[in-house]
Amino acid sequence: MDIPYTVEVRRDTGLTNGKIGIWLFLASEVMLFGALFASYILIRVGAPNWPKGDTILNVPMATFNTIVLITSSITMVMAWASLMRNRFGTFRIYMGATILLGFVFLVVKYFEYSAKLHHGLYPSTNNFLAIYFTLTGLHMLHVIGGMAVNAYLWGFGSKLWKTNPVWFTNRVENSGLFWHFVDLVWIFLFPTLYLL
Amino acid sequence: MDSMTSDHAAHIGDHAADIDRHVRLYIIVFVALMALTFVTVAVSYLDLSPAMAITVALFVATIKGSLVACYFMHLISEKNLIYAVLVITVLTVIPLLALPALTHGSGFWIHE
Repeated sequence: MDIPYTVEVRRDTGLTNGKIGIWLFLASEVMLFGALFASYILIRVGAPNWPKGDTILNVPMATFNTIVLITSSITMVMAWASLMRNRFGTFRIYMGATILLGFVFLVVKYFEYSAKLHHGLYPSTNNFLAIYFTLTGLHMLHVIGGMAVNAYLWGFGSKLWKTNPVWFTNRVENSGLFWHFVDLVWIFLFPTLYLL
Repeated sequence: MDSMTSDHAAHIGDHAADIDRHVRLYIIVFVALMALTFVTVAVSYLDLSPAMAITVALFVATIKGSLVACYFMHLISEKNLIYAVLVITVLTVIPLLALPALTHGSGFWIHE
């Protein structure tokens, strides 16, 4: 049996089910990260003093990672635009670049984390590091999740293009919405943790 | 298949020229995001008061976030149901963030 409203839009919502589904999921994600940002604020207002992020964290590395994620957002949207232009080969290149940039982000994060741990800076060391590792760790899991879905759409999942291109394009758009959200969260995480 | 267009195909249109226009817009947004990233980092090197630094950093981050949401996530032209979901989300998340900030004695969470 076919999944309903993957290609045609529902008359009542004006949307495919996948589209409304991903937006409801993103709304729940806003609340998840919102709760952690609220925790950050609460911990910070309760602290007798609070370190400026750049005294502990590596700003150049994080700036580089910000550029990487923003670049991956445009390659993601270009991957979708390529499918809209009926250019599957170009889609493959842009989607591959998006996955690769996600990987670069993770490698930089690995070096950042290992430098902290090497200097004896653990989540248990103080509240600043606790919220830093929690927020960036959760964000990193989202990067890994997004990369897994994108890798599926780049590889095995792209078979759908041959049989149902519109459905496949919708899947890439929805995966892109998640990826852009991951970028959006980092846009707020970066100044909050590293620069303030 | 032709009659079953997706919603994004419906609102963006299948014409290559339309997509070309969108792609140009994506590139402009990308350049703006890059520029604003450098603004964020450059401002952090200025010796601003904590209140001013937080205001500027969050203001620039909000502009960047809005650009991503409006253009890359197509919120600039989306269906009303999605706007409704997001309005509810925003109305819920603002008190969530405001409450811990307001619990501080002085009413602010900035340490001078």
